[in-house]
Amino acid sequence: MSSENGKLLPETDAGGLNFEATELTLGLPGESRVTSDGVAKLGSKRGFSETVDLSLGDNKNTNKFGQSQIDVPEAAKSPVSKAQVVGWPPVRGYAKRRTKSCKYVKVAVDGAPYLRKVDLEMYNTYQQLLTSLEDMFSCFTIRNYLSDKKLDQVNGIEYVPTYEDKDGDWMLVGDVPWQMFVESCKRLRLMKSSEAVGLAPRTPPKCSSAS
Amino acid sequence: MNYFPDEVLEHVFDSIASHKDRNSVSLVCKSWYRIERYSRRRVFIGNCYSISPERLIARFPGLKSLTLKGKPHFADFNLVPYDWGGFVYPWIKALAESGIGLEELRLKRMVVSDESLELLSKSFANFKSLVLVSCEGFSADGLAAVAANCRFLRELDLQENEVDDHRGHWLSCFPESCTSLVSLNFACLKGEVNLGALERLVSRSPNLKSLRLNRLVPLDTLQKLLMRAPQLVDLGIGSYVHDPSSEASNKLKHAIQRCKSIVSLSGFLEVAPRCMSAIYPICGNLTTLNLSYAPGLHGNKLTKLIQHCRKLQRLWILDRIGDKGLGVVASTCKELQELRVFPSDPFGAGNDAVTEEGLVLVSAGCPKLNSLLYFCQQMTNAALITVARNCPNFIRFRLCILDPVKPDPVTNQPLDEGFGAIVQSCKRLKRLSLSGLLTDQVFLYIGMYAEQLEMLSIAFAADSDKGMLYVLNGCKKLRKLEIRDCPFGNSALLEDVGKYETMRSLWMSSCEVTLGGCKTVAEKMPSLNVEIINESDQTEFNLDEGQKVDKMYLYRTLVGHRKDAPESVWIL
Repeated sequence: MSSENGKLLPETDAGGLNFEATELTLGLPGESRVTSDGVAKLGSKRGFSETVDLSLGDNKNTNKFGQSQIDVPEAAKSPVSKAQVVGWPPVRGYAKRRTKSCKYVKVAVDGAPYLRKVDLEMYNTYQQLLTSLEDMFSCFTIRNYLSDKKLDQVNGIEYVPTYEDKDGDWMLVGDVPWQMFVESCKRLRLMKSSEAVGLAPRTPPKCSSAS
Repeated sequence: MNYFPDEVLEHVFDSIASHKDRNSVSLVCKSWYRIERYSRRRVFIGNCYSISPERLIARFPGLKSLTLKGKPHFADFNLVPYDWGGFVYPWIKALAESGIGLEELRLKRMVVSDESLELLSKSFANFKSLVLVSCEGFSADGLAAVAANCRFLRELDLQENEVDDHRGHWLSCFPESCTSLVSLNFACLKGEVNLGALERLVSRSPNLKSLRLNRLVPLDTLQKLLMRAPQLVDLGIGSYVHDPSSEASNKLKHAIQRCKSIVSLSGFLEVAPRCMSAIYPICGNLTTLNLSYAPGLHGNKLTKLIQHCRKLQRLWILDRIGDKGLGVVASTCKELQELRVFPSDPFGAGNDAVTEEGLVLVSAGCPKLNSLLYFCQQMTNAALITVARNCPNFIRFRLCILDPVKPDPVTNQPLDEGFGAIVQSCKRLKRLSLSGLLTDQVFLYIGMYAEQLEMLSIAFAADSDKGMLYVLNGCKKLRKLEIRDCPFGNSALLEDVGKYETMRSLWMSSCEVTLGGCKTVAEKMPSLNVEIINESDQTEFNLDEGQKVDKMYLYRTLVGHRKDAPESVWIL
């Protein structure tokens, strides 16, 4: 939750799994959240595991678990860092697909007091995403460039959906194929139409494949 | 028996389906051996290196269906080098040259090249069925050859293979004249397929009963396919994301409702939970449901779905279902026989996981349960004892506690008593996988009670050689034993080397056996291949007999050392 200098961690991770940045951890002081290659450290809630003296996968250690007296209550609290053991737990490599979890990104709306999160993997098309955002921020109206459909106006303010891509640039939602968008989107921002004057196209861009 | 002409005996033997029984029949006398071998159509070879294709062909000239298995089971968990072996090409080549009329080939953990598939597709005019499970080495080009050349293909079933399919043209290679498909499963392919070709193929396959799509088959295609194939019995859905209030969703609902024969449902490789209500109409018929690829499904949406599935016999699910969800399973699925609960986050914090509570609930609610694969956070002896009492019918019991040496969290005791109760109660137990903190005691129980046990998987268990000895001495029907990270050494390994000839194979990795011990086995038992697998950087094997062996795999064979082992494998 805090790095060693006490500052809050940056809000976005390199990997795009933003929610981990806000995840509470019980890491030991000074323990970094990410390894040197930018991958979120596994077991960030299990800092204790590094201190448990179990040499799994170490062939030379003749003293296996039957012999060693593990301090059981503590071992029960924090399982050994599983990433260290080759082939454990015994799940098929193929089964890693099951763990392909969601792609949650933050959604900020200008003027809203707090942000929301959506799982981009839940949608197949831009239309679905925008509809869902509309549900979430029901008091706002989102300008849908793709279908050029003016949605019901409640309080007369229109929003333009934009997103920050992997390069850190703010892009208009809808230009690239959906899958490409999901992969490159780091966070969403619904920008007030008035601010987007001059940036948002007057005519809707050619509708790229919506699915 | 001399009074009956051969044809009568053949007819009698035809009704004997099991491989084991047919093998027994062939041992009765010479004439039965002869009649049996000529009338044998299906052969199962559990280890492709135990026999050669030439000998197979010589003995069974009437062979139509062959099942082959290659790599050892622990290859699934990255413990076996990718180039270890298990190549199917020599088999296909030999069969092709022999004139055998092969119609069915089922492979598991084998290396299948495009060349093999092409040769297969061109060599057997009546080829009907190809089933590949956990195989690798081929691309969409190989599939294209099968599609194009096997004129009477009925079954193309690809389960969990690693396929390089960046070119999706293979589906278009089924000729217009191919109308015989009964089963098509390409769920494991990652690439796009030609959707138009898929629709046309399904349209002209009136016998299609099983269809499993991959992730990139979109919803509107699914709807069209269902409209064209309402006779489906088994469906694997690829992408299942839609807006429940949309027109597309309504059309899909209508299409699904027409499929009154679907009893097996799987896939949901991409799913939005709020859409599940569209399939409620068919849930009442389902006997098999596999949701283990759908991490997005959990909580209420998942339990609501399950509550519609009263006839379920087989359920594969992720541990996100939680103990509460398993309680819903217990109260709904009274016909349940097989349950598999997979970890959704095997290397992580495991917040969503299940515990012993879920298993106890299911055991209480589902008395017909006989097959279990259960990944969980923890297990207690009390729970296992209760489960053993509730479900004495287990044939397969595989428990994996994610923390490999975790004791009973309530009593801090090893789980010996719990597993002991299981083996004592379940007299028909054939397969057992252990985990958690275990001493030699559990193996004493296994040796004493597990009389039908055929396969045993052990990891991070036991205190001494005694553990292994109890098993080897006690389990008369043991066929496969796989052990990792246990303190079993040479005295256990060498106590009764003759035993290994009665088994298919033995795997030991990260144990205490030494090179000298393995060499001794190899010397005493020429009918075994003893393989040492060494993946470390050293280019030469350390010849010190006292050196502990990293991985040993030994298996009985009739054909001696194989010639295709890579450098990392040393056959003693």
